[in-house]
Amino acid sequence: MLAHAIFFYFFSFVAIISAIMVTVSKNTVHSVFFLILDFISISCLFIMIGAEFLGMIMLIVYVGAVAVLFLFVVMMLNVAQQKNQWFKSSDTSTHIPIGLIVSLIIFFELIIVIGGWKYKPDIIENFSNNLISNSTNTHTIGSVLYTEYIHLFQISGMILLVAMIGAIVLTFRKREGVKRQNYFSQISREKNQGVELVEVKSNEGVKIDV
Amino acid sequence: MFEVSLGHYLTLGAIIFTIGVIGIFLNRKNVIVILMSIELILLAVNINLVSFSIFLQDLSGQIFTLFILTVAAAEAAIGLAIIVVYYRNAGTIRVEEIENLKG
Repeated sequence: MLAHAIFFYFFSFVAIISAIMVTVSKNTVHSVFFLILDFISISCLFIMIGAEFLGMIMLIVYVGAVAVLFLFVVMMLNVAQQKNQWFKSSDTSTHIPIGLIVSLIIFFELIIVIGGWKYKPDIIENFSNNLISNSTNTHTIGSVLYTEYIHLFQISGMILLVAMIGAIVLTFRKREGVKRQNYFSQISREKNQGVELVEVKSNEGVKIDV
Repeated sequence: MFEVSLGHYLTLGAIIFTIGVIGIFLNRKNVIVILMSIELILLAVNINLVSFSIFLQDLSGQIFTLFILTVAAAEAAIGLAIIVVYYRNAGTIRVEEIENLKG
C-alpha cells in the first residue's frame, strides 16, 4: 500500500509538472516533448491502478500517433522558434487576468465537488458491467466491447474514417504546372499511336525526335 | 495519506483539467499549443472515468475512455490539418495574428 502511494505521488507529480510545462514552455517542440511525458506518466498510473489495456492503448495511440503527428506538424510549419509571450502581450489585452480568474474558479468548483459528494446508497446494485475478478482487464473489456457496445464501436470506426477523409481532403491541393501520371491515357494507348514503322533508305538515316 | 483513494485521482484530474483550461485561456503563442491543451483536458476526463470505473468496479468507464481516445485522435488529426491549411493560406498561426473573425 505504501509503494502504491509512493508511485501514485511520483507519477502524478511528473504528470502535473509536465502539464504545466506544456503550457508555459517557450519552444513548441519542448511542449510536445512534455506532452509525451505527460501521456506516459498518466498511462503508468492507469496500468498501476488496474486498467492495463487502456494504459497500453494510451501509449500506442497518444505517444505513438498523436504526439508524433504534433511533432511532425510543428517541425513542418517552422513555428518552433516563435518565442512565447506569456504576460508580455503589451497591448490592451484584458483577457489574461479574467482567464486566470475563471480558471481558478473552475478549479475550486471541481475541488468543492470532489470534497463534498457521496454515492447514492444503492448505486452499486444498479451497475450492469461488473468487473469480473477472475479474468484479465483486456479479456473483460473485449467481452463487453464487442457485444453490448458493438454499435458504438462501429460508429467510432466511422468517426475515424471520416476524420481520415477529412484530413486528406483538407490538405490536398492541386498544383499547376506539375506533370503527373495519367493512368487512363497510359492504359488506353494503342499500338498505332505509339509505334511507327518507317522504311529507312540506305545512307539517309531517319530523324527520331519529331 | 498513504491510502490512495478515489479522491486523489479525482484531484489529479481536476488539476490537469485546470492546467489545460489555463493553457487555452492564456495562450499567446500558436494554435498548436491550444490543441495540446485540449488533449490535456481530454486526458483529465479520461483519468476521472478510469478511476471511477476502477473504484466502483464497473467497466463502463473504461469503455467510454476508449471511445474518448478515438474521438481525441480524430480531433487531433482534423485540427492539425486545419492548422496546416491555415498556415499555407495566411502564413502564420500565431494567435494574435489570426484575426479574420475579429474576435
